[in-house]
Amino acid sequence: MHRPKSVGDIFVALGILTLSVVSGATHAADTIKVGILHSLSGTMAISETSLKDVALMTIDEINAKGGLLGKKLEPVVVDPASNWPLFAEKARQLLTQEKVDVVFGCWTSVSRKSVLPVFEELNGLLFYPVQYEGEELSQNVFYTGAAPNQQAIPAVEYLMSKDGGGARRFILLGTDYVYPRTTNKILRAFLKSKGIQDKDIDESYTPFSHTDYQTIVANIKKFAAGGKTAVISTINGDSNVPFYKELGNQGIKAKDIPVVAFSVGEEELRGIDTKPLVGQLAAWNYFMSLKSPANTAFVNEWKNYVAKNNLSGGDKRVTNDPMEATYIGMHMWAQAAAKAGTTNVDAVRKAMAGQTFKAPGGYLVKMDETNHHLHKPVMIGEVQANGQFQIVWQTKGPVRAQPWSPFIAGNDKKQDIKLGNL
Amino acid sequence: MLYRLRRLGIQIYLVFIFSSLSTVYALDATTIQQLAAQDSDSKIAAIKRLVKNQDVTAIPLLIEMQNGRLNITQQGQPVALSESGQVKEIPSGKILNIAPEALQTVTVNNRLRSSIEVALAALRLSVADHNTRLRAAQELTTAEDEELLELLERSLAKESAGDVRLLLEHALANIKIKSPDAEMRRDAVILLGHSDNPNTKLALANLLEKKADGNYVEADKDVRMEAAKAIAAIDRRLVIPELIGTVFSGLSLGSVLLLTALGLAITFGLMGVINMAHGELMMIGAYATYVVQVVFKEYLPSVFQYYLLIAVPAAFLVSALVGIALERTVIRYLYGRPLETLLATWGISLILIQFVRMIFGAQNVEVTNPAWMSGGWALAGGVVLPYNRMAIIVFAILVLWLVWSLLNRTRLGLYVRAVTQNRSMADCMGIATPRVDWMTFGLGSGIAGLGGVALSQIGNVGPDLGQSYIVDSFLVVVLGGVGQMAGTVLAALGLGELNKFLEPHTGAVLGKICILVLIILFIQKRPQGLFALKGRVTEV
Repeated sequence: MHRPKSVGDIFVALGILTLSVVSGATHAADTIKVGILHSLSGTMAISETSLKDVALMTIDEINAKGGLLGKKLEPVVVDPASNWPLFAEKARQLLTQEKVDVVFGCWTSVSRKSVLPVFEELNGLLFYPVQYEGEELSQNVFYTGAAPNQQAIPAVEYLMSKDGGGARRFILLGTDYVYPRTTNKILRAFLKSKGIQDKDIDESYTPFSHTDYQTIVANIKKFAAGGKTAVISTINGDSNVPFYKELGNQGIKAKDIPVVAFSVGEEELRGIDTKPLVGQLAAWNYFMSLKSPANTAFVNEWKNYVAKNNLSGGDKRVTNDPMEATYIGMHMWAQAAAKAGTTNVDAVRKAMAGQTFKAPGGYLVKMDETNHHLHKPVMIGEVQANGQFQIVWQTKGPVRAQPWSPFIAGNDKKQDIKLGNL
Repeated sequence: MLYRLRRLGIQIYLVFIFSSLSTVYALDATTIQQLAAQDSDSKIAAIKRLVKNQDVTAIPLLIEMQNGRLNITQQGQPVALSESGQVKEIPSGKILNIAPEALQTVTVNNRLRSSIEVALAALRLSVADHNTRLRAAQELTTAEDEELLELLERSLAKESAGDVRLLLEHALANIKIKSPDAEMRRDAVILLGHSDNPNTKLALANLLEKKADGNYVEADKDVRMEAAKAIAAIDRRLVIPELIGTVFSGLSLGSVLLLTALGLAITFGLMGVINMAHGELMMIGAYATYVVQVVFKEYLPSVFQYYLLIAVPAAFLVSALVGIALERTVIRYLYGRPLETLLATWGISLILIQFVRMIFGAQNVEVTNPAWMSGGWALAGGVVLPYNRMAIIVFAILVLWLVWSLLNRTRLGLYVRAVTQNRSMADCMGIATPRVDWMTFGLGSGIAGLGGVALSQIGNVGPDLGQSYIVDSFLVVVLGGVGQMAGTVLAALGLGELNKFLEPHTGAVLGKICILVLIILFIQKRPQGLFALKGRVTEV
């Protein structure tokens, strides 16, 4: 009984052995699937397309260094077409059909809000790379963009400072959806705490894809005749092109009425003649013009990637803050997965706490232990004639995020979540 | 005598040269070092010193600084670094052989830029050219710096041109309203009441503000009264320019609506085809503009400014050809079946969108305005009428004239009207109705393409461009009365004006909703639209 009875049995045993070896080999050659959920068409494509490109570049980079956990990363790209319900459908498709281990995606908060129930229901993992309004904390999301205290509040403080022009009146101008509305609610409370009265704050909204900014710009001028005014723009998507064109054509100069934008970076300005816009401001955690060896390497890697893959735009392509945030997020996720030894969502979430990464911006950024947000430096840049930003103000070092803004009533009772718990 | 005079002239000339040579060195090392300092305060102090010394030679240096090109060499020499990386001596422009890496850039921000602008204006007050002085004085009317008082008074004493003097007086008044002497403040306020610069209102309004301790910024009651009067006077004078601005923006929106609806007024209005692909025909026109622009940029950069002259016929042709192809292959089999036409043309619109996406990509393409289209014409009171909007209004009038004369002055127009009014009768009279059909549809499509050219100049060009305008186009045609060109024009302009008069009060989002509600109510009351076709019409 201890020996195989027949040649047939030996063959069977050998067969099983080979089978297991072969299946083991196919298992080892298996890939880790990474979902990429960015609008490649519609009004948000202007901003989101390069996030898809930089995510693919980062996957190439990780794969070239031997991949993750001995496997190669395999990108799965879908196009939710700037259509918010479609974001939820595509997220479900990525998690249930493609069975991706992690998703990098979304730009607008409305798209994030629409995929959030899907990620929570299926226990997926989303890395969200764009600055946003806060007021949210999900076990299933890592926020690698800025919270209001890492972008909006310092920008307004700058505008009120001597160097920023000492603005005393503010126009809050945005696209009509959750991010601008919430940010402006926070900013209004903040401005009030600084002694600015309601009559000195004007709030107005336009729909997505709005193109006629004549009245808005005329109104800015009129409002500015009542005192030193600054405009805080949370306009998102391709509406920014007609908005800035109209600003230039109507002769508004940054030294008279500075416009600080929270969703306009190098990429959005690529299609605009920036000469009339010199001096207009943007607040971010990264600018392409940063001088650091890490940034030079990042920009070069991007330029080479664009050239190699012959991406549209060619040598005019630029890097920007959400691209850096995507890059940081993917590297941190890979580090966490390597630390956990698996891509299992719960294990990775636990391993993300306190992860650090040398960001292209030159700082060592850290994933907070409890609140799913990065510690990031805050910078304010002025638009230059060549479409780049010149940094005019920055924090000494990284700042911890406050997703629950103290300027919204009731937030003092809300607490951070412990990573991995719950 | 003559000889002596000439010699005297030469001597004066030489003295002048020497004195100007010596002032070159007035840009001393400490000032330059201070300009290159890190903090804005010391930079501004240095700039102010240049103004105080009336150092005209500093003008080229300040211009370079304003443009962010000013750099300091390691030896402390100020140079200009051009975008191509050339290092040039200031002011000679001689190219120096210095590596750009060895330079220290003088950074400027908004605050510095505005103090440089004031400094340049102050220095330019003493130049000979009248227009330069006028612009400089204009710039200074809103300057608040008390240190400029002396310089302005000196310039005013020397100034002979009346228009420059007036502006200088305003500039002085703007500073004097802060003077400790109440009488002087009162005179300044009265003078400022005659200004039509909206920014002077700012200074006046400031006087009426209350400070934190409850007292007014302006202590004297008389001066406050004068200030209130002056503000009211300025406001009165600003009413008309503001009204012009609003009417103009309504007109501009109206002409955009007209351009998007005119093509549809032909295909839907005259021919009765519910053409859901109308927006895509506009999108094709916009992409044709883009292609022409790319070709010009690549092969004819010297005449790039005129690319629109070629883009207009090109867009018309391409859209017309696509339209004719649609009519011949699909729509002609569906005449008289509106529901099927609607579905078929909607399907076609999706195919066209996808087709363009495959060729040009899903992202927006960049259409550059020609340089003559940027900027605007400044009216009094700070109202600016942008050139690109004006160009579109003129373009809309031209297209309207073209369509009108085609329909009313040509044989084709006669045939079109005959066929649309009574097809069988026209057929009996020997008109080749199928030929008229495709020509009319082609014309409507071509006009849609022209609308696309206009849209490419003010908005974004992407595959979805048509989707955002199709509803508006139908709205205009239906509101105007189907089959009526005059109705379309009136509806477009009316909607444009209504929108622009509502928007300041309601905001863009609510304004649009209000207009939709108004149109629904109007159509309920009057389903035939503003103008109804009169007489016997067989095919409706």
